Amino acid sequence: MRIEIILNGKKVAFDVKNDEFLADTLRANGVFSVRKGCDTTCCGLCTIWIEEKPVLSCAILSIRADGKNITTMEGLHKEAEEFAQVLVAEGSEQCGFCSPGFIMTVLAMKRELKNPTEEEIIHYLTGNLCRCTGYLGQLRAIKKYLGVA
Amino acid sequence: MKFVGKSIPKIDGMAIATGKPVYTEDMAPPNALVIKLLRSPHAFARIRSIDTSEAEKLENVACILTYKDVPDRRFTLAGQSYPEPSPYDRLILEEIVRYVGDEVAIIAATDEVTAEKAMKLIKVDYEVFEPVLDFEKAIDHHSIIHPETDLHCNFDIGMEQGRNIVSSQKVEVGDVEEELKKCDVVVEETCYTQAQSHGMMETYRAFSYLDHTGRLVVVSSTQIPFHVRRQLSRALKLPASKIRVIKPRIGGGFGGKQTGAVEIFAAIVTLATGKPAKIIYDRKETFTATNSRHAMRLKVRLGADKEGCIRVVDIQGLSDTGAYGEHASTTFGVVGQKTLPLYNKTKAVRFMGNVVYTNKMPAGAFRGYGATQGTFALETAVNKLAEKLNMDPTELRLKNLIKEGETSLVSDGIKLGSSTLHKCIARGRELIGWKDKYPRQEVDDNKVRSLGMAVTMQGSGIANIDTASAEIRLNDDGNYTLLIGSTDMGTGSDTILSQMAAEVLETSVDNIIVHAADTDISPYDPGSYASSTTYVTGMAVVKAAEDLKRQIIESGARILELSADEVEFDGQRITNLNGDKEISLEKIAELQVLGFGGKRQLLGNATHGSPVSPPPFIAGFAEVEVDKETGKIKLIDYVAVIDCGTVINPNLATIQAEGGLVQGIGLAIYEDVRYDEGGRMTTNSFMQYKIPTRKDIGNIRIVFEESFEPTGPFGAKSIGEVVINTPAPAIIDAVYNAVGVRLTKLPITPEKLFLAMEQTRILNHQ
Repeated sequence: MRIEIILNGKKVAFDVKNDEFLADTLRANGVFSVRKGCDTTCCGLCTIWIEEKPVLSCAILSIRADGKNITTMEGLHKEAEEFAQVLVAEGSEQCGFCSPGFIMTVLAMKRELKNPTEEEIIHYLTGNLCRCTGYLGQLRAIKKYLGVA
Repeated sequence: MKFVGKSIPKIDGMAIATGKPVYTEDMAPPNALVIKLLRSPHAFARIRSIDTSEAEKLENVACILTYKDVPDRRFTLAGQSYPEPSPYDRLILEEIVRYVGDEVAIIAATDEVTAEKAMKLIKVDYEVFEPVLDFEKAIDHHSIIHPETDLHCNFDIGMEQGRNIVSSQKVEVGDVEEELKKCDVVVEETCYTQAQSHGMMETYRAFSYLDHTGRLVVVSSTQIPFHVRRQLSRALKLPASKIRVIKPRIGGGFGGKQTGAVEIFAAIVTLATGKPAKIIYDRKETFTATNSRHAMRLKVRLGADKEGCIRVVDIQGLSDTGAYGEHASTTFGVVGQKTLPLYNKTKAVRFMGNVVYTNKMPAGAFRGYGATQGTFALETAVNKLAEKLNMDPTELRLKNLIKEGETSLVSDGIKLGSSTLHKCIARGRELIGWKDKYPRQEVDDNKVRSLGMAVTMQGSGIANIDTASAEIRLNDDGNYTLLIGSTDMGTGSDTILSQMAAEVLETSVDNIIVHAADTDISPYDPGSYASSTTYVTGMAVVKAAEDLKRQIIESGARILELSADEVEFDGQRITNLNGDKEISLEKIAELQVLGFGGKRQLLGNATHGSPVSPPPFIAGFAEVEVDKETGKIKLIDYVAVIDCGTVINPNLATIQAEGGLVQGIGLAIYEDVRYDEGGRMTTNSFMQYKIPTRKDIGNIRIVFEESFEPTGPFGAKSIGEVVINTPAPAIIDAVYNAVGVRLTKLPITPEKLFLAMEQTRILNHQ
C-alpha cells in the first residue's frame, strides 16, 4: 500500500506492507535517528511525534500514519541540538543509542508541561530506558535546559 | 594540567546524541542479505536429520547453511589475548545442540520476510537428551555436555570433560582449616548470584562484505576487533591477513560485546555467497542466545579474633558457564583475585572451586567479571561478622583493610601502589549520616529505613597480559592523528585518550584526530575490557605522545641549528632559551613531510603493558526503606566514594559511576533470570526482565577521593567495572538491618523478601 505522510514538514510517499511498522518504514527510508531497542514496545528508543504527540513508532502500523504529520529528530534539528549540547556538556549521552528517542520525549514534555517538578520529569520519561547513565545525568541536563530547580 | 582532570565533552557526543547514522546498522549496504538463525528448541539434543530443500526452493533465498557446511575447527568466542584461557569448545554450527537457542541453521535471503519464511520450512529431527539445568547437579551428571574428542584447551585450566567441569581452581596461602580452629569467631554464608543480562540498548549486530581486493570486511558492534579477527581466522580457516574488522560507534557493551556473538554468521554468509550480509539480533535473541554474567554459588567462611582482626578468608565457589566455556576460568579466578587481597591481616586465605557446563545460555564477560560476585559474597559475610563481633561494620573494615604500601598474602610481595579506601569509608560514612541513621529508624508502623555498606576493589587491565599500542603522528599542517585500537563503547575513552595526548603535546583536544578501531589501520589493542583502556591504552598514548614530542623538539632544534637541550616547545613553537630564534609547529610539520626537514613524517609510537593491575576502590553506602507489609524495597540514597586514582574527566567518570551503580542496583533487587523446566529462558524481554527505570533508583551521590597511582597515566587507575560491585552487598545488608532477614540469593525481589519475612515470623512464633 502507498501512504502519504508529512515527514518533518515535507510531503512524502512510501510503499509499505500492511503489517509494516512505522519505525521500520522510517529507517528503511533513511531516517536513522529512529532506533529499535526491544521487541515489546517498552524501551522508548523509537519515540517520534505524530501530530506533535510522542509515540512509539515500533508500535504504529505504517498504514495508520497515512495522512499524518510525523516529526523525527531530523526535523527538530536546531532544538534537538540545543538540548543535546546540554546533555553532552553533562557527559550524559554515554553510548547515545537511546538519546534520539529520549530527546524527542524531553522536547515533547517541554511543550506539554510548564515548569515541571522533578517528579513530573521522571514520570514523563519513565518509558525511555537507558542502560548506560543511570539516568541522573540526564535529569541534571533536563533541569539545566528547562531552567527548573 | 590543562586537559587532564577537565570535564571535556565527548568528541563524538553531538553526533551520537542527535541521531546521526554512525552505528553499525546505519552503515550496512542497503542490498545486504538478511541473516536469520534457526535455533534449537531443545536444551540438549542431537540433530538426526535436517532437511533444507523446501526452504532453498524459495525465491530470494541466497544460502542456507547447516552443520554439514561449516569448517571442522573448534574455537572460542571469548575475546581474550592469545592464547585464550577459554576452551575451544564450539563449532560455527554443530550436530549437537547444547541449549535452547543454540544455532541450528544459518539462513540468508534478500529480505527478512523471506528469511523467516525459509526458516519455517526447514525440517529438523532431533534426538533429545536429558539436559543439565541445575548447575549444582552438573558435576558427574550422567549427561555429558561436551563429549567431543577435538575440544582443545590452550593450557591447563583444570578441565574434566567427562564430569562437566570446565575449570577447577585452588589458591591457598597458609592453612585455612588450622587457622579457623584458632579463631574466636567464625561466620559462614552462602551466596548466589544470577546470570545477569547486559541489556545494552543496541543489540548485537554486524555486517560484512568483500572489499576491492576480495578480503573479508566485518563491521561490528564489538569491544574486541582484534580478537574477532583472530576468531574468524581460526573458525573459518582463513588467514587473518584476509580479514578486516571495523568498529563504528557502539550502543553499549558492558562486557557482552567482549564475546563475538554474531560476526561469524555474517562472515560465513559473505564467504559463501560473495555478497554483503547483515545480522541484527532482536531483543529476545539478545536475552536468550548471546551471553550473560556467570551465575555463581559462593560459600564464604571468615575467622576473626575477638578484637576483630580478620584472620581467615575462605571462599569456595561453583560457577555456571552454561553451554560453552567463554570466560569460564578467568571470571572464576577473578572472584578470588579481587577479594583475597582486601583484608590483609589474615594468616590464611583460600579460594577454590569449579566452573561447570550446563545446558543453558553460555555466560561470558560482564562488567565486574567475577569481582561483582565475589564482592557480594565476601562483603555479605563481613557484614555478618561485624554483627557477630558486635562491631560497627565500618570500623571492622577500617581495622582490617589493606593500605597503601602494604602487601597481602596473595600479592607475591608486591606493595599496593595507591589507595584512599580508608578515607572513602570515612567520607561515605559522614555523607550517608551513618552516626545518626545506622542501623535503622522506624518511619511508621510498616516502613523502616536502614543503612548498609560494602567495599570493593577491581583491577586496571590484566597484569602482564594486556598490552596496548598507540601511534600518534604529526600531520603536514601541524595537527595530530592519534591511532588506537581500543573500543569506545559510549564510555568516552576516545575522548579521554585524546585529553592525555593533548596534555603531553600541549595542544588542544580539537587539534587531535582520533581514529579507532579498525584492524587494518589501528595498532594492536586487545579492546576495551578488564578496565584497561584508561590505564593500559592510556599509558601507551602518553608514551607515544612523549616519543613524538621528543622528535618534534629534536627536529625544531636541528632546523634552528641548535641542540635539543637548547630549545623549548610550548605546543605551538620551538624557541631557543633567549627567545630570539623560533620555528612554528606548522613549519616543522611542513618541512618534515614535504621539505628539507628530512622528508620523514614524525610518528610517535609505543606499546605498553603493566606488570601490575592497580585496584580502584569504592566504599558504597545504601539507605533503603522497606515496607514490612509487602516486602517492597525502596532505595532512598546511595553514596559511593571512589578511588580511581586521578580522575581524567570528572563528568565522564561520574556518569560511568552512576550508570554502573544503577546496573548494580538492578543486580541487587530487580533483574531476575528464570528458566522453565525444559531449559527455556522465560525472562526474555524487558517486560519480564526488569532493568531499573528512572523511577527505581532513588538518589545517588558520587564522590571521588583521588589517589595517585604511580604506574598509571597521570596517576589514573580505572573506573569502568568497579562501580557495579557494591550495591548488592550494601543493599542486602541494609535490608537485613531493616527487617532482620539476610537474603543471599540475588535479586532480592519483594516476593522473596516477603516470603522470607513470613518464614521468619512463623519460625519465631514456633
